[in-house]
Amino acid sequence: MSVENYTHLGAAQIASSVRAGDASPADMVRASFNRATEIGAGHDELNIFLHSDEKGSVEEAEQMQTRIRGASDIGVLAGVPVAIKDNIASLGLPTTCGSKILKGYVSPFESTAVARLRANGALVVAKTNMDEFAMGSSTENSAFGPTRNPLDVRCVPGGSSGGSAAAVAAGITPIALGSETGGSVRQPAAFCGVVGVKPTYGRVSRYGLVAFASSLDQIGVLGRTVDDAALGLESIAGFDKMDSTSSDADVPIYRLAALGKPAPEARNPDTEAIRIGRSPVPLPPPPGPSTLEGVVIGKPKEYFPDSLDPEIARLCERAFDRFRSMGATVRDVSLPRSPLAIPVYYILAPAEASSNLARFDGVRYGLRVDPGKGLKAMYEATRSEGFGPEVTRRILLGTYVLSAGYYDAYYKKAQAVRTLIADDFRAVFTSGVHAIFTPTTPTTAFPIGAISDPYEMYLNDIFTVTANLAGVPAISVPIGRVRRLPVGGQIITAHFDEYEMFRVAYALEAGLGAEAHQ
Amino acid sequence: MAVTRDDVLHIAELARLGIDPARADELTKELSAILSHMEVLSHVDTTAVSTTAGVGAGGTPLRPDIGVPGVSSAARASIAPVMRDGFFIVPRLATHEDSGESTA
Repeated sequence: MSVENYTHLGAAQIASSVRAGDASPADMVRASFNRATEIGAGHDELNIFLHSDEKGSVEEAEQMQTRIRGASDIGVLAGVPVAIKDNIASLGLPTTCGSKILKGYVSPFESTAVARLRANGALVVAKTNMDEFAMGSSTENSAFGPTRNPLDVRCVPGGSSGGSAAAVAAGITPIALGSETGGSVRQPAAFCGVVGVKPTYGRVSRYGLVAFASSLDQIGVLGRTVDDAALGLESIAGFDKMDSTSSDADVPIYRLAALGKPAPEARNPDTEAIRIGRSPVPLPPPPGPSTLEGVVIGKPKEYFPDSLDPEIARLCERAFDRFRSMGATVRDVSLPRSPLAIPVYYILAPAEASSNLARFDGVRYGLRVDPGKGLKAMYEATRSEGFGPEVTRRILLGTYVLSAGYYDAYYKKAQAVRTLIADDFRAVFTSGVHAIFTPTTPTTAFPIGAISDPYEMYLNDIFTVTANLAGVPAISVPIGRVRRLPVGGQIITAHFDEYEMFRVAYALEAGLGAEAHQ
Repeated sequence: MAVTRDDVLHIAELARLGIDPARADELTKELSAILSHMEVLSHVDTTAVSTTAGVGAGGTPLRPDIGVPGVSSAARASIAPVMRDGFFIVPRLATHEDSGESTA
C-alpha cells in the first residue's frame, strides 16, 4: 500500500496494512504531518492544530513498529493517525480548551477515550482548535484564532469541534475525537463534509473531558466515512469505572452494521476477536449495496419548517428516496416540543457551565493574574483576563438563571421542558420508528465573521441540540452540496441503539455514493 | 424579564468576574436579548412534569469500593510551580482584599 494515497485511506485500510506488515506506523504518521504541511494546517493558515509534536509522534510510531514485530495483539487502529480536540486530556501534549486561562496546561493524566485509542494502536498526532471551552458553533471563539474550513477558507468549519472536523476534511487524519454538548461534533461534520457521531449519553467515558455542561457532554468521533466513525466509536465506547455516568451496557461491534444485518443477539468468539484486533478473520469489508427492508424512518415535521433552505430540503428528500429504494418505510412523525430546545439548552448548559468553570480561578490551573489586592481581586482579574467574551457571557447567563428569584422561572422550568423533549423521542421510538432523519443544520457553512448576534449563532444548533437534551445517539452523514458547500443529514436512534444508527448511516452512504459530495 | 445593569454587576461579582463598566452596558443588552427568547418556556404547562437533571439510562453502575492509585507524585511535580516535601507550595490564600498580603 502506498502512502501517496494516504488522504484517501480509511482507518480500517491503514490498520489492516500495518497489521499485515505492508506499511509502517511511522510512514503513516509522516504522511499525516506531510499532509498537514501541504494543506497549511498551521496557525497562520487553516489554524487546525493548537499543539503537535512531529518528532514525538514519529518516535511513538517507531516504538509501535518494534512491538508489532513481537506481538500479535496490536489493535484495530494499529498505526492510524488521530487528532484530538483540545478539551480532551492527553499525555504528552497540552490541553488548553482553546482558552487563554489554560495556556500551557499539560494534563498529568490521560482521558479514557484517548487511552483506549492508544491501546487500540492509534497514534495521536495533534490537539485541535476549538471554540473556547466548547462554547460556540464556528470555532471563531478560540483564544488562538479561528479555524478555517478546508473546503472554503472564507468560511467557518463549524464548532465547537471545528479543528477536528477540519483535520478529517483536510485528509490529515481519518479519525478525530471531538466533544458534544449541543451539536459540536455533528454541526462541524456537516459544514466540513465528513461524518460525525454523538453517542448515547453514558456510552463513552467523560473521564478526562474538561467539563462544560456535565449532564449533556459526550465525547464523539469524526471520520472521513461512516466506517471510520464506527471503528473509532467502538474503540472508545464502554463502561469506565472512572466515570460514574458511564454505562455498562454491552457495546456491539458497530462495523458489523455495514453488512446490513440487525444487531447480533450476543457476542460470539469471532466478533469479539475482531473487536480486540486478535482475529485472523478480516475486518468486515466496506459496505456494499445494502438493504433497509423492514426499517421505519421517521420524518419529523418540526425539522422541515417552511423556512428551511429549499436546497437543503431537496437533498433531504433525495435521502428519503434512497431509504425507500432500499426497502425502508418513511413515516411522518412529530416531535412537538423540539422548537423549545434552544431556550432550554441555553438555560441548562450555561447554568452547568457557570458551576463547572468556577474551578478556573488562578489557584489550581494555568493563568494567574494577581493585582496584589487580595484573593477576590486575584480571582476576578484572572477570570476576566483568562476567559473570552462568549465564555464570560455564558457564565453570567448561567449565574443569573441559578440565582435567587430566577431559579424556578428559568432553571427548573427548563429542566421540566427537557423532560417533555425526551418524552417526545421516547414516544416516536416506541411507536415502531427505528430511526429519525433530519437535516443536521439549517444552513451550510457561513463566512467567518458573518454572525455577530449571540442568539443567531445559538440557532445553528436548532436541529442537533434535542439529541443532547434527550441523551439519544445521532450521526451526521454528508448528503450532498449546496452552492459547493457540504450538507449533512442526521440520523437519530433510541438510547444505546448506535448499531441501528450505523446500519442506516452505512446504507445511506452506500445509497448516495459519490452524490454525497456533489 | 429585562436584566438591569445592577443585575449584571451583581452576578458578575457572584461569578468572580471583573467587568469593565463599558462592557457592563453591552452585557446588559445582550443578556436581556437572550433571555427574551427564553420567555416562551413560561407558556408551557409543566405542573405535572418531573424535572430532568440527567439522561443517564439504566442507573449509575458502581465500581468496587476499594482504593485506587492516585496521580503519581512525579506527574504532580511536573505541573507544580513549586513543591516541597511532596506538597504544593501555593500563594497564601488566608488573606483578603483588605490586607494587601495575598502573594507568597
